[in-house]
Amino acid sequence: MQWLGLWHYWAVIILMMIGLYIVIARDNLVKKVMGLSIFQVSVIMFYVSTGKVEGGTAPIIPEGGHDLVYSNPLPHVLMLTAIVVGISTTALALALIVRIQEAYGTVEDDELNAIDGAAL
Amino acid sequence: MPLPIEIVLFIFLLTTAVVIARLEDLFAAAMLTGIFSLLSAGLFTIMDAVDVAFTEAAVGAGVATVFILCTLSLTAKREYQQPTRILPFIVVGITGAALIYGTLDMPAYGDPDAVPHGHLSAKFIEIEEKAFLSQDKHAAEPAQHGSGEKAVGLPNIVTSILASYRGYDTFGETAVIFTATIGVMLLLRTRRREKKVSPPNRDQMETTS
Repeated sequence: MQWLGLWHYWAVIILMMIGLYIVIARDNLVKKVMGLSIFQVSVIMFYVSTGKVEGGTAPIIPEGGHDLVYSNPLPHVLMLTAIVVGISTTALALALIVRIQEAYGTVEDDELNAIDGAAL
Repeated sequence: MPLPIEIVLFIFLLTTAVVIARLEDLFAAAMLTGIFSLLSAGLFTIMDAVDVAFTEAAVGAGVATVFILCTLSLTAKREYQQPTRILPFIVVGITGAALIYGTLDMPAYGDPDAVPHGHLSAKFIEIEEKAFLSQDKHAAEPAQHGSGEKAVGLPNIVTSILASYRGYDTFGETAVIFTATIGVMLLLRTRRREKKVSPPNRDQMETTS
């Protein structure tokens, strides 16, 4: 069974789909942001799992450590950047939600649609 | 061969995500997102990404949870009960199936011969390893070796790549944080001014809506 080595990816994809479900099925905007952060963590985990090398250690060179196998450091670097960008977008989304609450008095998507429909 | 702790952490992660999706109490869901980030940090450590793990623990479990809790204190504490709709399940199922079909061509988890481990990554590790280990022996010698490639010479390869080889990437990241900060400040400052200047105006808005 060569597919057995892929179960990490599958677990991450299931996680990703739970995040996507929260984003598209839930009406509360804060809940959508939570779903988005679950989705983001899953994508990061997917990238990091492609960098794992069997029998490898974290890519930090010990004093006098010869002939060690290191996991791939490149996905780690890219995902460090992704985490920081992710928290920036989350902060901006939450600030927008606060503004929507101020302007409309609700953060439920269907109620916002109803208010906008009534205004037109 | 998967470690038992990996399976346990994945089961915890999936359970936490499902509970977040089902909970209507948003405060509890916000705390669970913190737990979710902490569990994923544990998994990152097992996948040898220690730098990603502690960034995720600090940013995901710490800062993001605080942000969400602050937002909840200004908005609703609970979300409304809503009927389960079937269409999102179908969309999510099809997307997930397509993604899983896409992984079938991928190299197995931990495969040392996988494509991402060759080329640039292998070169980074080789250069830095040589530079750091030779630095140990002759401390005075500059961190330079054989083929004329300059190395950073730090023990942590992730730091070397982040700060030097992919320095422009990190610079771009800083620009994103700057932009987001300005956006948040502009959004929240308008709110305060409106409140201070004309409170009756806001009451009017609420009654009309």
